[in-house]
Amino acid sequence: MAGTSNILELLTRNLRQSGIYIAFVFIVLLFTALTGGTLLSPGNLTNLVLQYSYILILAIGMVMIIVAGHIDLSVGSVVALTGAVAAVVTISNGLPWWLGVVAALATGALVGVWQGFWVAVVGIPAFIVSLAGMLIFRGLTYLTLDNVSLSPFPSEYQFIAGGFFNGLLGGPGYDVFTLVLAAAAALAFAYKEWRARSRKIQYRQPVEALWLFVLKVLAVGAVLMAFAWQLANSRGMPFVLLILAALVLIYAFVTQQTVFGRHIYAMGGNLQAAKLSGVKTKRVNFLLFVNMGVLAAVAGIVYSSRMNGAQPGAGEMFELDAIAAAFIGGAAVTGGVGRVQGAIVGGLIMAVMSNGMQIMGIDQSTQSVVRGVVLVLAVAFDVWSKKRAGTAS
Amino acid sequence: MTTAEDHILRMRSITKTFPGVKALSDVTLQVRRGEIHGICGENGAGKSTLMKVLSGVYPDSSFDGDITFDGEQVRFGSISDSEDRGIVIIHQELALVPHLSIAENIFLGNEQGAGGLVDWHRTNAAAAELLAEVGLDENPVTPVGRLGVGKQQLVEIAKALSKNVKLLILDEPTAALNDDDSEHLLGLIRNLRETGVTCIIISHKLGEIASISDAVTVIRDGTTIETMRTDEEPDQQALTARIIHGMVGREMGSMYPDRDVEIGEEVFRLIDWHVGHPEQRDRTVVDGASLHVRAGEVVGIAGLMGAGRTELAMSVFGRSYGRDISGTVEMHGKPVTIRGVSDAIDHGIAYVSEDRKTYGLNLIDDIRRNISAASLTKLATAGWVNANEEIAVAQEYRGSLNIKAPSVLSTVGQLSGGNQQKVVLSKWLYTEPELLILDEPTRGVDVGAKQEIYTIINRLAADGKAILVISSELPEVLGVCDRVYALSSGRITGEMAAADATQEGLMELMTKETD
Repeated sequence: MAGTSNILELLTRNLRQSGIYIAFVFIVLLFTALTGGTLLSPGNLTNLVLQYSYILILAIGMVMIIVAGHIDLSVGSVVALTGAVAAVVTISNGLPWWLGVVAALATGALVGVWQGFWVAVVGIPAFIVSLAGMLIFRGLTYLTLDNVSLSPFPSEYQFIAGGFFNGLLGGPGYDVFTLVLAAAAALAFAYKEWRARSRKIQYRQPVEALWLFVLKVLAVGAVLMAFAWQLANSRGMPFVLLILAALVLIYAFVTQQTVFGRHIYAMGGNLQAAKLSGVKTKRVNFLLFVNMGVLAAVAGIVYSSRMNGAQPGAGEMFELDAIAAAFIGGAAVTGGVGRVQGAIVGGLIMAVMSNGMQIMGIDQSTQSVVRGVVLVLAVAFDVWSKKRAGTAS
Repeated sequence: MTTAEDHILRMRSITKTFPGVKALSDVTLQVRRGEIHGICGENGAGKSTLMKVLSGVYPDSSFDGDITFDGEQVRFGSISDSEDRGIVIIHQELALVPHLSIAENIFLGNEQGAGGLVDWHRTNAAAAELLAEVGLDENPVTPVGRLGVGKQQLVEIAKALSKNVKLLILDEPTAALNDDDSEHLLGLIRNLRETGVTCIIISHKLGEIASISDAVTVIRDGTTIETMRTDEEPDQQALTARIIHGMVGREMGSMYPDRDVEIGEEVFRLIDWHVGHPEQRDRTVVDGASLHVRAGEVVGIAGLMGAGRTELAMSVFGRSYGRDISGTVEMHGKPVTIRGVSDAIDHGIAYVSEDRKTYGLNLIDDIRRNISAASLTKLATAGWVNANEEIAVAQEYRGSLNIKAPSVLSTVGQLSGGNQQKVVLSKWLYTEPELLILDEPTRGVDVGAKQEIYTIINRLAADGKAILVISSELPEVLGVCDRVYALSSGRITGEMAAADATQEGLMELMTKETD
């Protein structure tokens, strides 16, 4: 008989997955208190979304790479290169904004083909390939921009990271459209969770008690609506948040529900067994890197749009933030474990910490130390919980 | 008579248990000073465990019984304890670092020098002396990786000599060697005997054991069967026969359920199959093997470790092993081209590996996803996996193969060996194969689960599948199969109906030294 599990069991059964959400709530509360509520103010929340969206986009691709057992150190340079290409197309040559976007995406894909070739076909460790890529693409950025910064972008291009939907449905002092979208998202979440729960019952899997389930859905709905309320009271719905939401949905689906996604986890879990199960590992690796290149291009477009220009030094250290997001979000260093949702929450933890410390006026050097310590602790927690669970090493 | 016996080693009443398995039970081993002592037994009989007990790999606290070495009772907590006493073991898988020089390897962990500094002149000069002693004409600064296996073996022995070895244990020393190298090595072991070094040699090559040893101890199912002195049995043939009898003389129980299946058309045929070693270019691992399996037939490949059984199977299964593969694979009488694993699966071949943890399972994932891993495309529409169907499939196999787990969402790493094996079987059954290759299907599986697996094999045969069982357990081969091929050093040395075969006859074919 399918049992219902109590809250303690639910939390401890998968400490690795749930621990990250608990940590996130804790950090948000902590910094809200430390900043006297400024962290969650309408203006700051909007700012938070704009400021960290590109890191979150990179984290989506990075967690997939890490699950497959690789790493990509080049994404910061690729962000710079793709932004530079977009700038040269639109600013130097005066071509339409969408051509800039297409050119940037194509550049990202090409970068992915290059790295995928060396990793998948030749078999060089991704650490080396992407370390080389970090140098190569940074150099190409300087060459593309001829060592100078380019700005400003056409206004349509600026809209990508700086645009808002506000007043589409009117609203007395706050944006109704934003609230409607959030309500729709909350309903969709509730429906999806309900379907998953009834399916589990149908297949006699243990599920949480009904009151706990309702509580969970209500809590998530409340957080969503509160978040939307704050946005609605600022500048409305940021366009980039819609891009990010769409990417998260698409990639959560791709990684969990498709053959391609399953092959990534199978390879990360046991490469030999995956090969002997007929997984075309070269193909999967190749596609993973192409995908990472394209996502880095999306991040590059968003970043250059937000900066309203392309600089040769753009995107430095982004790779480290993206990697940190994936690991804080529960990805295993040995591969095979990690989720897109986790990486997003991991990225948000980093974002809230940075943003909170900035508001508090803590200097860069201290911020850096704190972030580094959090990263080590997060992975230590992962190692510790794995030992505790006693799973096979 | 007994007073004259000077035993360098006495192991008494050694009992070693692993969780759920008694690997050694009351084993006694006595080795005289200055003799060459052979140890024979089937795979899994407990030879390696016994040697690990002796060399301190399993510390004193982890087994029962006592060991007397050189007149004193000894307790080893680690390998270095036993090496300090002069016991050195050379494993089948050589423990040399390929990029380091011969001299560096010989003195690895025992560096020649003072105050943390290495004295290279002393190192190389001492190495050169040792090399002369083992008859290896190589410069001590040559990287070990450039030497062939035979010469590497000699480096291992030189390394042992550098430690003032009194008792040298060689585990399958000639398994990977050609005839010349084997001859040289055996000659060297004889010379060592002259200098007073006692040797224990573990080997599947019975002819070799019979000719070189002064005494042979046979181990079976974790117990000592007998120790025979070779001078008591001057006829080598008779001696070998006695060893074989000791190795296999076990009662065949009713472990093996009966099967009554109509054998049908030929499903699979392998013609003149050659496989080269992936690293050593001049070595052939499978040498001209030809065999066939019919629908509903269970065919065994009996071979000892190193005979090329797994290599044969994996090379057929999508060229997952080896290089320079040649020969023909026919399915239903038509030649097929198999370039990779997915081709093999598409042609209806499934391979259940002997090493499920390395090659069979994703231990950190759940039962459901392990079962679907090889057939995801079957579960998917346009790349989208039908998760409901996937769970349903897993539930079905959990029921029909009796996988004992709380749910199909349980992590595979936490299941017992038998249940893990059933998960691997489920995975391959779900690919709906026509030929199922089972490599050591009951290794590391308890007795109850073994019987269940035999029942599953029978059921599959009844469904008209062609089944190839690779095993080194002779009772299993004879109990489960209709027909058996014997494999020795990469060659098929015989074929017989299981009903006509005896364990002795098979063992003789399996230990046949081909040239």
